[in-house]
Amino acid sequence: MQSRPGLSDFDYVRASALDEAVRLLKERGDMARPLMGGTDLFVRMRDGVIQPQILLDVKHLPGMRDIVCDEQAGLTVGAAVTMNEVGCHPDVLAHYPLLAEAANSVASYQLRNRATLGGNLCNGSPAADTAPAALLLEGRLAIYGPDPSASSGQCGEREVPATEFFLGPGQTAMQAGELLTAVRFPRLPDGAVAKYLKLGRSKAGDLSIVGVAVLGFPDDTAPSGYRFRIGLASVAPVPLRAVEAEALLVQKPPGEDAFCQAAEKAMEAASPIGDVRASAQYRQAMVRNLTLRGLRDVWARLQSA
Amino acid sequence: MTMHTITVRVNGDQEYVVVPSNMTLLQMLREKLALTGTKNGCSAGECGACTVLVDGEPVNSCMMLAVEVDGREVTTVEGLAHEDRLSAMQEAFVEHSALQCGFCTPGVLISAHALLERNPHPTDDEVREALVGNLCRCTGYLRIVQAVQAAAEKGGAS
Repeated sequence: MQSRPGLSDFDYVRASALDEAVRLLKERGDMARPLMGGTDLFVRMRDGVIQPQILLDVKHLPGMRDIVCDEQAGLTVGAAVTMNEVGCHPDVLAHYPLLAEAANSVASYQLRNRATLGGNLCNGSPAADTAPAALLLEGRLAIYGPDPSASSGQCGEREVPATEFFLGPGQTAMQAGELLTAVRFPRLPDGAVAKYLKLGRSKAGDLSIVGVAVLGFPDDTAPSGYRFRIGLASVAPVPLRAVEAEALLVQKPPGEDAFCQAAEKAMEAASPIGDVRASAQYRQAMVRNLTLRGLRDVWARLQSA
Repeated sequence: MTMHTITVRVNGDQEYVVVPSNMTLLQMLREKLALTGTKNGCSAGECGACTVLVDGEPVNSCMMLAVEVDGREVTTVEGLAHEDRLSAMQEAFVEHSALQCGFCTPGVLISAHALLERNPHPTDDEVREALVGNLCRCTGYLRIVQAVQAAAEKGGAS
């Protein structure tokens, strides 16, 4: 049943502890959903796609809203941290600006005050703006849930690398009863520079037609002297790394030639669909163009460093 | 369906409201508090006609549950004017003809007020960026940007 402007019937429950939350989610299965910003959830509820009976508010649980940055250990972002909080945080801007750039590209200022990093990733859309950044920054998702190996119903944490998290459109490695609590990003290689390019129907505010993130850093162990990471959104069933393009750039010295070839490889890694926002052919072609622009931008900044 | 009794300060007034779990902040404002300045446009968090401030920050009230503002402060368009006069931003909108049908205007005013709070002297681009989430079908935005800048030059939104 579709409801506009209201929402279908459900009970709002404020979780008091992590263990209690995962137990309730495990017990109720599809009938209960964690409530983060609600910016994807309410849309799907109003479309009638899902009709949860319980929304479990978990945003206030310990650590969910924290951003902790340590020079050596890296960055930990709580799952309930909003896009605006990520995008404006001095530590994120200083040490992981790609994540800030991605977060700041989401929707509108109002939505960014509610949309969360955890919600964006767990929604599992191939278009998720923070996904390419999570892939390139080698994020590890801290997932709390029932421990399958413990018969007593104990709960524990497991870590899933971002590169293993996305399984299909709207499908992630989350299991029944599990809750994402944080995303952990390791220290970046010295001199790393990155860029997120988002193509939409408008300059801002839209879901992406194509999203491309490029990260590059000097590396003596690479024959080309540099390593690049390339992340693609909205052009495949999952957000993904263009691994063949990356491998090419390990070998071939940076420059227009190498970048053009890498952009072609990135394009080949994409298998986009056509939808209301763009045709498949357009998306495919734009992967190449955006990858090329991203590589040029990152290279220019690497050279001026 | 659980009912919740919440305390919320709306436009400076302390309110005690009983709301069902599934009532949005927008519905609460319009239907429980008769603050009908805030509008429903899309019910999807895209048009911004429902924009209000929660603890000073703009949010789409159609995308927030009423129960989630328990213990917090909400400002709607009704809370922008002073006792005896409009806010400087509202006056600028009138002076610069920054509205036509007026349906988007409450949301635009809220976003614009919040913008000048955090960025007292925005560039035109920054104004447009701040208003990405407030769609207007009438004005083409030009006079809206002019009005916001006029208010900024006069010393702020209030």
